[in-house]
Amino acid sequence: MSFIEAKALWKEYGDNTVLERVSVSVEEGEFITIVGASGCGKTTFLKMLLGIETPSRGELLLNGRPLPDEPDSDRGIVFQKYSVFPHLTTLENVLIAKEFPKAGLTGRLFGKRRKAALAEATEALQAVGLEHALDKFPAELSGGMQQRLAIAQSLINQPKILLLDEPFGALDPGIRADMHQLTLELWRKTGITVFMITHDLTEGFYLGTRLWVFDKVRDDPHSPDAYGATITYDIPVGECDHRTLQKLEGSLGGDKENTEQRQQDEQVTTV
Amino acid sequence: MKRLMNRHPGSIGRVFLTLLPFLLVVLAYAIASDIRLSENPSDKLLPSLTSIGSAVERMAFEPSKRSGDYLLWVDTLASLQRLAWGVGISALLGLVVGIANGVIPYVRANLSPFVTALSLIPPMAILPILFIVFGLGELSKVVLIVVGTAPFIIRDLQSRVLEIPSEQLIKAQTLGASTWQVILRVVLPQILPRLLDAVRLSLGASWLFLIAAEAIAATDGLGYRIFLVRRYLAMDVILPYVAWITLLAFIMDYALRKVSIKLYPWFHGLSKQGTAA
Ligand SMILES: Nc1ncnc2c1ncn2[C@@H]1O[C@H](COP(=O)(O)OP(=O)(O)OP(=O)(O)O)[C@@H](O)[C@H]1O
Ligand SMILES: [Mg+2]
Repeated sequence: MSFIEAKALWKEYGDNTVLERVSVSVEEGEFITIVGASGCGKTTFLKMLLGIETPSRGELLLNGRPLPDEPDSDRGIVFQKYSVFPHLTTLENVLIAKEFPKAGLTGRLFGKRRKAALAEATEALQAVGLEHALDKFPAELSGGMQQRLAIAQSLINQPKILLLDEPFGALDPGIRADMHQLTLELWRKTGITVFMITHDLTEGFYLGTRLWVFDKVRDDPHSPDAYGATITYDIPVGECDHRTLQKLEGSLGGDKENTEQRQQDEQVTTV
Repeated sequence: MKRLMNRHPGSIGRVFLTLLPFLLVVLAYAIASDIRLSENPSDKLLPSLTSIGSAVERMAFEPSKRSGDYLLWVDTLASLQRLAWGVGISALLGLVVGIANGVIPYVRANLSPFVTALSLIPPMAILPILFIVFGLGELSKVVLIVVGTAPFIIRDLQSRVLEIPSEQLIKAQTLGASTWQVILRVVLPQILPRLLDAVRLSLGASWLFLIAAEAIAATDGLGYRIFLVRRYLAMDVILPYVAWITLLAFIMDYALRKVSIKLYPWFHGLSKQGTAA
């Protein structure tokens, strides 16, 4: 049984068929990048994974069961913008993520539990290089810093799946490369399953373990909405996925091969 | 030479420019009053600044001959109490119903059209009903203010809640928040500064309804006094009362703005320390 499985998935908005016959399965720990023309349904697919849109036909399964049809803490998300809370400081933005699942009626933690949560939040912010901006509001942060904050916030409750919808699309190329590095690092460390939409094919090609291209296979010039897009290319890229990497590392045992493998990984992923 | 739109007054110039129209109005009044009084010394329409001054002294600093009260302060206290109750209840209603309407689709479907209908009732038209139902006491005046301003605040806050990017509400859910926690930690803190704005905007209407209610049935209050002394054409009392009401309204508006900046610096683009971000 696969971790996530789409079975003949369709999505229609009225007469507009957005996605058709998407059948695919994903194992835990994969890093999937998604590319495709604007308006072809990439975000729609992510929304279905998130549970804020439901398939019109077909099934979307998580561990063999239909995905819950509302967002929950198993699935983290970073949007292109508006991902952080404008009224909370950097530290509070991450702290609130620790408070939500644990705190009851007041929505806050107190005393020892608050202290522990604060320490954890500070550590998570260090990991994304925001330790100097703990007391700043999002409006005081640059775009790249805001997205790093959003990532730290999404990961702190250790979701199983991380959904990224063009999270770095608005950033400068240099900063974007840094953010990719950071995302890969966090992915390696956590073993989380990542779906990342990007509009840059090369970006998609060098990041992650698997590349999906969404496109229409049928097209009727007289009614462009009649047919939807599907996954036209499903290419393993770069390296093996996290699990396979671990398996390899475990079975190889020898340090030499191990480092060689790592170096290869680095090369492929940092080009 | 820079374009006019790009030139800014210095700090002294700014104070001068601010005060100028006020000074001009007082000056114009003094001249007009002088002209009328020189023609007819018993003219009541534009009393001289000195007779206004003595009326203020009489109302504010001497006990009334009939009741022994300092009338201006008694009136002010009565009016402010009614206003505070009315505005306070409206704000609370606005906050609770506005947020519930904005966040919970079932409540919105239930209440939103109803609130819209309520907001279209002209409040003054139901003032007689309020007097009949709630009597001539304090309650009917407070209710008039609430009826007049709460629907506006509710509708405003509801649309402010709906303006919060859905990304934020989804994000909170992915972090494990319940509906209640989303309301408490995401929506409420972002709506409070907007509530202060809505209250500021509705203060004018609140004063209007207060004075109208006091004019019709009251035994004290700023509006009551103005309409009482109108019978004697006592412009020397009416004018300073109007100026006093205006000043009070201005102070409230100013204080609400300062409170908002102090409590919600992020809303004004400021840092936590209150400096420009
Ligand atoms: N709520 C909705 N109601 C109706 N149509 C919708 C809705 N959401 C999306 N669509 C339509 O679905 C199609 C796919 O939209 P989607 O946002 O998934 O595209 P996308 O691949 O993410 O594009 P982009 O690269 O520009 O972000 C579009 O034609 C859009 O108009
Ligand atoms: Mg999109």
